[in-house]
Amino acid sequence: MTATTVRRGGLGLLAWLAGIVFFLPIAWMALTSFHSEADAATNPPSFTAAFTLDGYREFFGTGGGASPWPALLNSAVASVASTLLVLLLALPAAYALSIRRVRKWTDVLFFFLSTKMLPAVAGLLPVYLFAKNAGMLDNIWLLVVLYTSMNLPIAVWMMQSFLAEVPVAVIEAAQIDGARLPTVLARVVAPIALPGIAATSLICFIFSWNELLFARVLTGVVAETAPVFLTGFITSQGLFLAKVCAASLVVSLPVLAAGFAAQDKLVQGLSLGAVK
Amino acid sequence: MTATTTTPLSTAPVPAVRRPSARLRAWSTRAPLLPALIFMIAVTQLPFVATLVISFFDWNALYPDARRFTGFDNYHQVLTDADLRRSVGTTVLLTAAVVIASLVLGLALALLLDRRFRGRGVVRTLLIAPFLVVPVAAALLWKHVLYNPEYGLFNGLLHYVGGPQPDWISHTPLLAVEASLVWQWTPFMMLILLAGLQSRDPEQIEAARVDGASDWQIFRHLTLPHLRRYLELGALLGSIYIVQNFDAVFTITSGGLGTANLPYTVYQSFYQAHENGLASAAGVLVVIGSLVIATLALRVVSSLFREEVSRA
Repeated sequence: MTATTVRRGGLGLLAWLAGIVFFLPIAWMALTSFHSEADAATNPPSFTAAFTLDGYREFFGTGGGASPWPALLNSAVASVASTLLVLLLALPAAYALSIRRVRKWTDVLFFFLSTKMLPAVAGLLPVYLFAKNAGMLDNIWLLVVLYTSMNLPIAVWMMQSFLAEVPVAVIEAAQIDGARLPTVLARVVAPIALPGIAATSLICFIFSWNELLFARVLTGVVAETAPVFLTGFITSQGLFLAKVCAASLVVSLPVLAAGFAAQDKLVQGLSLGAVK
Repeated sequence: MTATTTTPLSTAPVPAVRRPSARLRAWSTRAPLLPALIFMIAVTQLPFVATLVISFFDWNALYPDARRFTGFDNYHQVLTDADLRRSVGTTVLLTAAVVIASLVLGLALALLLDRRFRGRGVVRTLLIAPFLVVPVAAALLWKHVLYNPEYGLFNGLLHYVGGPQPDWISHTPLLAVEASLVWQWTPFMMLILLAGLQSRDPEQIEAARVDGASDWQIFRHLTLPHLRRYLELGALLGSIYIVQNFDAVFTITSGGLGTANLPYTVYQSFYQAHENGLASAAGVLVVIGSLVIATLALRVVSSLFREEVSRA
């Protein structure tokens, strides 16, 4: 065994160690969520305590307290509906910015990007006042519209770069063969762009699901989303660690699933399409 | 490929449709873009204009009849208010600390992950996970499960080595918020920098190695210059997201103990104090502050973008 292989092995070990350290809080959260409240609140920590589903039962409200289901459902509606709306608006826009390009298409792209760079909190008050006057407070569809505007720039950027990968020559050939536009889109463009569109949707879903500030200000009892529901756990309520862990894990599961599914395209989405 | 009005597509013969005039054709090209464009202007630009207008009014929502135009009074008040000035300082400190720490850690992790080793995919997945915890849930996790002075994991682990049992959030509130954010944002930086590392030219590195360059020399003179724009991009995007952070501050300290940043202050001044005018003025100042970062960020994105386009 040479010195280089030893060093290589050492660095691999270091990488493993770093991965475990970063993952430890999540692993600990999962473990605690399956412990009883008494076992969860010990010092030193009890790693090997008996498993129970009490934390989850408590969270889902069978032990009294508000049920999280309406909030989870609201989050699902807000995230899925806004993602669909984003697709509806972003796909034609991306088409006009990549395949059949408008003049000054780069300027248009950068306009979309610039809207993402201004802090959303600055628009919070007018949105609140508008919602109040229009009777839209505590209405999940208001969040759908806002989340669409938050994610549209990301989606336009990502899809623009995916559609740009469709070779123009192939589209032309199809058209010369007499294919109409819908056929071209369905048979030529869609198969190449579909994985990218899927990844874009997952990323838009994650951002909508995570959002707290607007949901907190604009919703109440009816339209509250899962993150707003979680803010109920900010102040300590006696022994409740297992319940907090169960709640945090349940609310994070859709995002963890979507994120791992979109892993390869995650960077591209987060960097607004700048990095492939 | 350059931007032109007539893309190759529009010259292809379209059966059964008479050749439209140039003007009509330009509009038919633009049409797919318009819904998205109009939507964005209506939902994101109009509120900013409204914020700007409201910022010139003395307007407490509890006394709507006393609303009146005050010119720059709100700005004067915001800029001289000790709490608000402190929150500007907190925002800068919080953002800078989190961005720098997660960039450095992210770079180290990206370098580790750039080499082949057994289980690389698994380690990558483990490292991404913190970024995929819902921000409020992550903040709750840190606040209750890790930081809790009596039975939090940190003090539990310290217990084993006979260490002290500090009350993390009360002793070092800002650091407590920053640590949780660094944990969440390091994976983001790592992913961007890893993409940068993997876009290096392997032949160039091989050539340098053949010429006898050491690992450090390759890193210093080839890798780092190549990574510069990715580092800039990570720093700028991180700044844009973290300047706006609300979830961690709201959850871990509720803006107390000197951790209130600007988004939290804006939220509080209108949600709890109902001071619409003041909140708007603070909001406008947040925008002006972000414009500098945003302009730089746009420049970096556009340089990367132009490279992509010219490569395509």
